[in-house]
Amino acid sequence: MLLLLLGIIVLHVTVLVLLFVSTIVSQWLVNGGHTADLWQNCTSGSVFHCLTSSTNEWLQSVQAMMILSIIFSVLSLFLFFCQLFTLTKGGRFYVTGIFQILAGLCVMSAAAIFTVRHTDWHQASEDTSYGFAYILAWLAFPLALASGIVYVILRKRE
Amino acid sequence: MSQGAGGSGSLLLLAGLLSALGPSPTSSIHVYTQREVYGTVGSHVTLSCSFWSSEWISEDISITWHFQAEGSRDSTSIFHYAKGQPYIDDVGSFKERMEWVGNPHRKDGSIVIHNLDYTDNGTFTCDVKNPPDIVGKSSQVTLYVFEKVPTRYGVVLGSIIGGALLLVAVVVALVYLIRYCWLRRQAALQRRLSAMEKGKLQRSAKDASKRSRQAPVLYAMLDHSRGTKPVSEKKAKGAPGDSRKDKK
Repeated sequence: MLLLLLGIIVLHVTVLVLLFVSTIVSQWLVNGGHTADLWQNCTSGSVFHCLTSSTNEWLQSVQAMMILSIIFSVLSLFLFFCQLFTLTKGGRFYVTGIFQILAGLCVMSAAAIFTVRHTDWHQASEDTSYGFAYILAWLAFPLALASGIVYVILRKRE
Repeated sequence: MSQGAGGSGSLLLLAGLLSALGPSPTSSIHVYTQREVYGTVGSHVTLSCSFWSSEWISEDISITWHFQAEGSRDSTSIFHYAKGQPYIDDVGSFKERMEWVGNPHRKDGSIVIHNLDYTDNGTFTCDVKNPPDIVGKSSQVTLYVFEKVPTRYGVVLGSIIGGALLLVAVVVALVYLIRYCWLRRQAALQRRLSAMEKGKLQRSAKDASKRSRQAPVLYAMLDHSRGTKPVSEKKAKGAPGDSRKDKK
């Protein structure tokens, strides 16, 4: 029982860490010495300087979705601990699972919008490739979904 | 002695006079305008200019507006107010588009430009002179003309986050409200059940177990109150779920 609980918590914390890293780190698009992410575009090389990203509406919606997913995931973790101590025997962690699933959906929509619309604010050249923060965001989506489903089918004992 | 006293007395008087006069305020005229003004093509925009002068506003006050187009190096005069008369540009690029809405006695020297165009992008300078108070800096305002005014950064961001959180809060509140009403109804039902006799109770328990198919909460409550009978029902209902959580 304790092992299962530990495993579930580790999964949830992993999802949270993935969300935080992919939101904060500046590596969504990589172009030679140039990196761009949700918040700023940085140029490395001889001179390292950063500019804030454009104020495009689609970029703002991607930022909003990533922030919402973090909020939902943190809320879900907090609610999990609440429900662990207050739920009746045989009850299911519905609220926790629903928030975690919502977080997963938010990450997916953020990554999808970014994929479709990143040419609006960042001219695509030949050697522009997706950075690891973008991949982490896509990774966080199935993990968050799985974590949420595990919460929904889990039943509380003793 | 009396001369010394008289001398010191006059010195004191002089000192008192000087202290009354100064630290005199820096007597210059201060002009204030906005830094940047945004306008859309075809609409109108107000270029406001206010000033502060330490002297009384006389009839000799003069207000001038100059315009320097974006990318150009010369500055043309487009408006002049002197001796109580406004003189508006009627031959230049602002011909029939400018309107004087200021009032020097209210320390306001604003103008309005109608029917904006992309050629109006540039810097406007407001200069006020109020004799004898003529020393001072003029102030500049930059006009940006857009097709449509860009929304400020953060409006879309904040509205998406706020709207989603509000929606979630409303849904959670609704769910808890519905569950609360449902629980109250089940509590009333249980009270009615426990008021009846034991024999009648067994018959109604069979009915209640049929109802428990759609009401998991009821199943949980009967589980608390009854010891033996609903355990078999619990096993029948909970078997698929329990097998998953069997290893502890």
